[in-house]
Amino acid sequence: MIQWMPTTPAAAVAHPAPGHPPQERIIEAGRRDSLYLLELWHYRELFYFLAWRDILVRYKQTAAGIAWVLIKAMVTLLVLTLVFGRVARLPSDGVPYSLLVFAAMLPWQFFAGALTDCSNSLVGNSDLISKIYFPRLIVPGSAMIVSLVDLAISCVVLALLLAWHGFAPDWRILALPLLVVLAAALTFGAGLWFAALTAEYRDFRFIAGFVVQLGLYISPVGFSSSVVPANWRLLYSLNPLVGVIDGFRWAILRGTPDFYWPGLAMSIAIACLLLASGLWYFRRTERRFADVI
Amino acid sequence: MTDVVLNAEGLGKHYLLRHRIAGYDTLREKFGENLRRLTMAKRALPGPREAALEEFWALRDVSLQIRQGEVVGLIGRNGAGKSTLLKIISRITEPTEGRLRMRGRAASLLEVGTGFHPELTGRENIFLNGAILGMPKTEIRAKFDQIVAFAEVAQFLDTPVKRYSSGMYVRLAFSIAAHLEPDILIVDEVLAVGDAPFQKKCLERMSEVAAMGRTILFVSHNLGLVRSMCRRGILLEHGRIVCDDFVEVTVARYLEGLEAMASSNLLERTQRRGTGSVRLCRIDIRDANHVITSSIAAGQALQFVFYATRRLPALTCSFTIYDSVGQAITCFDSALQCEPDPANGADVPPFVCELGELFLTPGRYRINAALYCRDELLDHVESAAILDVDPGVSGTRPVMATPGYGSVFMPHRWIGPC
Repeated sequence: MIQWMPTTPAAAVAHPAPGHPPQERIIEAGRRDSLYLLELWHYRELFYFLAWRDILVRYKQTAAGIAWVLIKAMVTLLVLTLVFGRVARLPSDGVPYSLLVFAAMLPWQFFAGALTDCSNSLVGNSDLISKIYFPRLIVPGSAMIVSLVDLAISCVVLALLLAWHGFAPDWRILALPLLVVLAAALTFGAGLWFAALTAEYRDFRFIAGFVVQLGLYISPVGFSSSVVPANWRLLYSLNPLVGVIDGFRWAILRGTPDFYWPGLAMSIAIACLLLASGLWYFRRTERRFADVI
Repeated sequence: MTDVVLNAEGLGKHYLLRHRIAGYDTLREKFGENLRRLTMAKRALPGPREAALEEFWALRDVSLQIRQGEVVGLIGRNGAGKSTLLKIISRITEPTEGRLRMRGRAASLLEVGTGFHPELTGRENIFLNGAILGMPKTEIRAKFDQIVAFAEVAQFLDTPVKRYSSGMYVRLAFSIAAHLEPDILIVDEVLAVGDAPFQKKCLERMSEVAAMGRTILFVSHNLGLVRSMCRRGILLEHGRIVCDDFVEVTVARYLEGLEAMASSNLLERTQRRGTGSVRLCRIDIRDANHVITSSIAAGQALQFVFYATRRLPALTCSFTIYDSVGQAITCFDSALQCEPDPANGADVPPFVCELGELFLTPGRYRINAALYCRDELLDHVESAAILDVDPGVSGTRPVMATPGYGSVFMPHRWIGPC
């Protein structure tokens, strides 16, 4: 074995890169990175930039730009209100029907958008994944941010709508941030499963689309969940979105007549389960992404 | 030693190849496979699926040490495991066996424009790409002007990069990467882009980075570049290190391997590119008397004869002659000279390229040959033939080997001082 000497005299002086103590890293099969959280922290800027990119790119070269969030929300609202409120004449629990629908559309549109974006995020960034290293959790994570921004914009629309109806929420509105956290946890958990599975099996891209399409009808978006017979309520609450949507309505519309607490508890339990298992599965398959994507 | 920045012990990477037509993994296939396994297990018969699985070690038993400030060239044929090794080092994929110890941060110069978003402006892409390559925002800010100046795109900073010319795009992408300052820089075949002045600038920049005491791992098929950039060369073959020595030694070893390959039947070669609808099956070198030979004296007439498996309308042949250190000397292309011949029947006449006089100095040359049909690559064979040139005479002037002083001679005369 030849002893290798530095190529130039200048190279003999060690220059550690600025800000990076030469810490040793060991790479071997099946090794768990115990410092994963620290890694995520190191790559936080990439996280910001990917989210920033997605937000920026979203409405580039569109004339209406960010107004599309509003247009989409208003049209959906109009259709759902007409179909369920006017045509089907479903009960509105004593509030304007459009408010009932819009309070549910906030979490629903967030869920639908974020789940779709999360599922496609790994495949959509496959060139990055197969070329550079970073904690892969960043990709679905930053996809969530775009939907959160959309949610924030929708909240402005909600404020306008409330003002138009002259409807003032009470103290319960303070619970809204917690409910957003619940919705985000639920969506992120499901999104992680779909993202990781889509990376390997493209079937899940279609399954995610299907879930989003059907979900609108089996979740109480266009109607109040009080139309579901009492003895079916628990079974109906197995759809974790039921608890979330009921929660949003409760917080925004000054409470709902017979709020179904077991439904919310079920949502929280399912969200925790999905998030924990999603993180576990994602972490387990993460190291294979570059090979299978 | 403390200045070892990278220490690999017995690295291996194993893939299971599934031979199949569809590219996607689908659940149906997975279920089908499991089902077959279940039912087949009882009868102890391998299913058609299992028979189609093939183990493949992309990398095996790779041990090496790289010290601070070394510039190491990795060479080897396509599929020898260079990229797999680099992927493990840059943590994109994890090894199946073995262990790698690394000190400091590794970053790779990506294929140009990876992570660029066409809709974003040049300015936005500098920040995005910088973050992707692992540069902190403060560092990008500090180097922003340098990056822009290096790429020569100052005027177009606020134009979406999708409107850039390909030259501008490449320059901007490379410029960002060139301002990275990782402890270990991985350069994988990215310098083959841009025009000549820009390439020169890139090489200078790489030398600068090396002079700053950073470690560089360099992969290129351009052996001349590898020889000029690196001092140490590592040759990979079938996933194993077969030579780890001074770059000259390694390059020579690599070329020997290519030459050994040249003597085998062309149709048996598996290392080829192109669609494969027509293949090169034989290459002959004929001397002035049309006798097949392997060596020709300098200054003599000769013919290169290329046989294809079949004849197509507009089929053209091109080949390049490389010298003993892998530098391209000259190339020939049948498309440039004559109208493509019309197709004719079952008889497959060869392509014949005739040279009135061979203007190469004595030595060993390699020939890469390719078949094209209207710009579509049908077949490309590396080291398809070897040409040995013996000392000879051109006019009345003797032609001798001039190692290190070029490999081409030109007919000339001296108008003496007397």
